[in-house]
Amino acid sequence: MIGYALRRLLQAIPTLFVVVTLSFFLIRLAPGGPFDLERPLPPAAMENLKRLYGLDQPLIVQYGRYLLSLAKGDLGPSFSFRDLTVNDLFARGLPVSATLGSLALGLALLLGLGLGTLAAFRRGKMTDRLVGIGASLGLAVPTFVTAPLLQIVFGLGLAWLPVGDWDGGSPTHLVLPVITLALPQIAAIARLTRSALNEVLAQPHIRTLRAMGLPPWRVALQALRGALLPVLSTLGPVAAALLTGSVIVETIFGLPGIGRYFVDGALNRDYTLVMGTVVLVAVMVVAFNLIADLLAAVVDPRLRLGA
Amino acid sequence: MFHVEHPGPMSAPARATSLAALARRRLVRNRPAFAALVMLVAVALACLIGPLLTGHTPERIYPDLVRTAPGLAAHPRPETVRPAIDRLAFRMRLAVADFSERDGTVRLTLTSDKRIDERSLSYLPRSDLFGPPTILERAEDGRRLVVEVRIQQLHFLLGTDVLGRDLLTRCLVAGRISLLIGLTATLVALLVGVTYGAVSGMLGGAVDALMMRVVDILYALPFVFFVIVLLVFFRAGLWLVLVAVAAVEWLDMARIVRTQTLSLKSRDFVRAAQALGLTTPAILSRHIVPNTLGPIVVAATLLVPRVILLESFLSFLGLGVQEPATSWGVLIAEGSRALESAPWMLAAPAGFLVVSLVSLNLLGDGLADALDPRLDG
Repeated sequence: MIGYALRRLLQAIPTLFVVVTLSFFLIRLAPGGPFDLERPLPPAAMENLKRLYGLDQPLIVQYGRYLLSLAKGDLGPSFSFRDLTVNDLFARGLPVSATLGSLALGLALLLGLGLGTLAAFRRGKMTDRLVGIGASLGLAVPTFVTAPLLQIVFGLGLAWLPVGDWDGGSPTHLVLPVITLALPQIAAIARLTRSALNEVLAQPHIRTLRAMGLPPWRVALQALRGALLPVLSTLGPVAAALLTGSVIVETIFGLPGIGRYFVDGALNRDYTLVMGTVVLVAVMVVAFNLIADLLAAVVDPRLRLGA
Repeated sequence: MFHVEHPGPMSAPARATSLAALARRRLVRNRPAFAALVMLVAVALACLIGPLLTGHTPERIYPDLVRTAPGLAAHPRPETVRPAIDRLAFRMRLAVADFSERDGTVRLTLTSDKRIDERSLSYLPRSDLFGPPTILERAEDGRRLVVEVRIQQLHFLLGTDVLGRDLLTRCLVAGRISLLIGLTATLVALLVGVTYGAVSGMLGGAVDALMMRVVDILYALPFVFFVIVLLVFFRAGLWLVLVAVAAVEWLDMARIVRTQTLSLKSRDFVRAAQALGLTTPAILSRHIVPNTLGPIVVAATLLVPRVILLESFLSFLGLGVQEPATSWGVLIAEGSRALESAPWMLAAPAGFLVVSLVSLNLLGDGLADALDPRLDG
């Protein structure tokens, strides 16, 4: 198992390398530069700025330098947030995004698995239909509709919860963003769990367990183990996306996470910030896919042979 | 596994039901899926021909009817006619000496100290609230005019936006763009994904490994990245969104088709085709791809709502469809900015979007069940 994990990590290095290379040159191909202002800088100042950030060097030299500093874990200085490095920005924003994301992921797993199981065991009954309708709605209503709705209802109408702002991560400020983030994932997980469980419940070994007179919750646990696999396989990218922040949710609720950096960085030609975000997201995707696969091997012993 | 009467030695040959007919029958019997199909056709038809029937063009601005709430009533409302006339008279620098309203027309007596310039009456039709004026009577050397104007009967079923444009017409026109992007991007993703997946699975070995590596790398690239890079290269707009969305969404399709191809290619009928000397492209197009159609159709149906959602996400960020073209995402973005003063501006496009997406998802699920050969007919 450790060997398998190590091999997967080694495999990830070329993937990450290609992602970094591709993004580096793509973003540089785009017209415009990080110091283009509405009123152009004097040429001498522009020269100095470029020299300061090493942008006067040939592109291939810049690329080599970037790879070297990246290998040391240095993501470089930000161009649009002066005096801050990309590492600084992530150190500030990542805890916010990761807190929201992990809470949303936890909530989504809890409710998604729960509701999906409930629906599968009440197949064709009212509960099943309600979960089905709720899940299709949850998948269809985009976050940029739920977020303002939640703000209007719970923030302004009922005045139970604050409309936005981070406020040092106080629990009341977390509720609405976490719900917004979690809703579509709850729906997706519930649907997957339901269909996977339905498949498992029809299998002979479950029939045997039922015939042996096991209480329904024991049967559910057994069946859930088999049904977890398809859920796990989709969870990697979802977890990565949740933990690296959502542009929409962070904008609407005014949260200082890292979700906005990518869009802002690209629009401002903040090369290092964009590259940093790309690297971070790529690492997260690779890492969570690996975790999901390892968990799958824990759940299903058959997968260990293939390792 | 459909039930077939065991044929006796003399009985007529049992009529086999084709998979397509079977699937169609199952789909019609699946009430939510069938309702979803009907709903989708209704939305699509409404978007296609609806804008011609609403009586407004999507760009028409009614400056006097900004943020009109949705409703069946005709505008201008009766109680607003007098204030509107007063406002217009003030602009025309005339005094309203007499005002009477009957059968949807207003009869005005306008006075002034000087001779009235009749061209100033064009303020009346220009306000969108009234029709062209007819002068019934000129008196006192043209210092007194009796004028009759028709009150317009404008209907805004879903209200108007902050600029005073009819929201229903805008939603329907936006729907054309959203649905168009959904269908086209799905089609492109389908073509690329199916070809890529089938070729990768069929060739196998090192080529397959390399091709799947490319897919893995593309999965690890953040999606917004692509779009923003494309956005700065070309001008943001419809085509850009199409390309960007398709470029991301073909990956899933490629994986599905590859898995199917891998399991199909060791089947006997494929081996037979190979033994008969068919070329690989011929085997792919005649034997592999047709056999993967079921999962492809389902995946494509479920892809359309995802594409529409992605497009609206991009448009919400201002990276997608640009003015004057509009999509549900653009309208939702406008609506969420005006949420407190005009909540229907969010509700209307969001309603259209959600209904379409739910229908597409239900239809996709229904198709998946209908095409599942394990289920009974």
